[in-house]
Amino acid sequence: MPKYLLLKHYRGGPEQHRPFPPMDQWEPADVEAHFAFLRHVNEMLEKSGELVDVQALTPAQTWVRYGGPDSAPVTTEGPHPETSDLVAGWYLVDVESHERAVELASYISSEPGPGGGPLCEWIDVREVMSH
Amino acid sequence: MTGEPHRLDEGALRVLVPQVLAGLVRRGEDFDAAEDALQEALLEALRVWPDAPPRDPRAWLTTVASRRLVDARRSETARLRREETTYAEPRPLAPEEGDDTLFLLFCCCHPELPPASQVALTLRAVGGLTTREIADAFYVPEATMAQRISRAKRSLHGRRLERPGDLAVVLRVLYLAYTTGHVGRVGLAAEAIRLARQLTLATDEPEARGLLALMLLNHARLPARLDAEGRIVPLDRQDRALWDTREIAEGVRVLQSALAMQADERPPGRYQIEAAIAALHDDARSADETAWPQILAWYDDLVALTAHPVRQDPAAVLGRAVAVGHVLGAAAGLRETDRLRDVLGGRHRWHAVRGHLHELDGDPEAAAVAYAEAARLATNVAERDHLVRQAAGARAAVAGRGAELPADPQPLP
Repeated sequence: MPKYLLLKHYRGGPEQHRPFPPMDQWEPADVEAHFAFLRHVNEMLEKSGELVDVQALTPAQTWVRYGGPDSAPVTTEGPHPETSDLVAGWYLVDVESHERAVELASYISSEPGPGGGPLCEWIDVREVMSH
Repeated sequence: MTGEPHRLDEGALRVLVPQVLAGLVRRGEDFDAAEDALQEALLEALRVWPDAPPRDPRAWLTTVASRRLVDARRSETARLRREETTYAEPRPLAPEEGDDTLFLLFCCCHPELPPASQVALTLRAVGGLTTREIADAFYVPEATMAQRISRAKRSLHGRRLERPGDLAVVLRVLYLAYTTGHVGRVGLAAEAIRLARQLTLATDEPEARGLLALMLLNHARLPARLDAEGRIVPLDRQDRALWDTREIAEGVRVLQSALAMQADERPPGRYQIEAAIAALHDDARSADETAWPQILAWYDDLVALTAHPVRQDPAAVLGRAVAVGHVLGAAAGLRETDRLRDVLGGRHRWHAVRGHLHELDGDPEAAAVAYAEAARLATNVAERDHLVRQAAGARAAVAGRGAELPADPQPLP
């Protein structure tokens, strides 16, 4: 069975289908509904036997490169351009097909947003190469 | 026996692990080899004991582990064949169990090992947990944890393992195991408490009792710390009926005995002080009845333990700022945090404390901003979600709106 990484982004990707404010500015009930949906997705993927891993990343980003034999590593901690890609987290799923991965990503993207309607967030679907 | 299949008491088995291992190491076996041999003996015990329980489990484990050591040596070199009989016969062991625990803790918490290895080795060699259980608790693959443990054992190879070790390191390792257990899946918190309890039997150091008391007094509140959906419930909103009163009573008793043992000329150490603060929280029947002036006095003592508390003990100075806010007013608490901004302003906890103090000050707008910043900086998912909720709740309070219950999500067909 192929594995897919379903990536969520803090920023980057296609233009937001439905722009929304940061979650701390939502109605408390909408925040609860959103978190409840995320819990539900985890449980659903566990029950279906498709979940391999789920992780969230903090938004802090440090770029690092080798600085040479006698130098410290070279780092840049931003701020990075608003257009640059910033991954927020992922589901790693083990599924029957690419179609199933797309179906799951679309479902995840239906997560409720402010006002209760679907957020329609873009999900980045990437196939993991097998060994 | 009742004729039913004999059930292995894993708790009793695990208590034997440090005793047998200490016996082997004391008689001169290499820690690394002895630990491997004992693990094999334990596997053998799980296989054999249900049908044929030994009369003396400790002697059985010692004998089997000794045979394994001989086997290992035989396969390494034939030159040692002469010694087989000597090693195959277990020597009588003195029943100094508390002492064994301390000895092994000093081995596992060798100051030259990195902290992650100290914790892993302690849980395995003293706690008797399997590599798999330890790996699960730290969310790493089993192979990674196996490698970490064997590297730690290899670096102990050939070192003289004798007392006295550094008790402060042992206490820190046990506390690290405890706090890891608070967020992890496996019952590490309970295991750390069990080890701390054993440690108090082996040493008269009041800080060992202080640590045990601190763990008990915090652990007592664990059932109220998360709701049914796994959401964090802050201390002032917890259902205090869920707190474990038996554990609180034991914690208070242990703390009192620690403080009574403390020599007059030496002030109580950090674990006793933190336990005293925890005890005062546990003692309040409601959040409003919390004895904040006494808590503040203990925080003053805690902060006085280090030369540069803002850098060396940020949790203490931030806890103290909250206590100041409750005793002298929110504005005074906020002024305390102002002084800490340069050093701690980049930490999520600094912003979370500010959010709490702004709420206390009746300023939900400033609280919302502080909580949102704290959420952005948080590194734990449950904590981040909690801070987002706090921010959204404070913002709703600004607009005079209340919280409603969410609708259930629609299932995926």
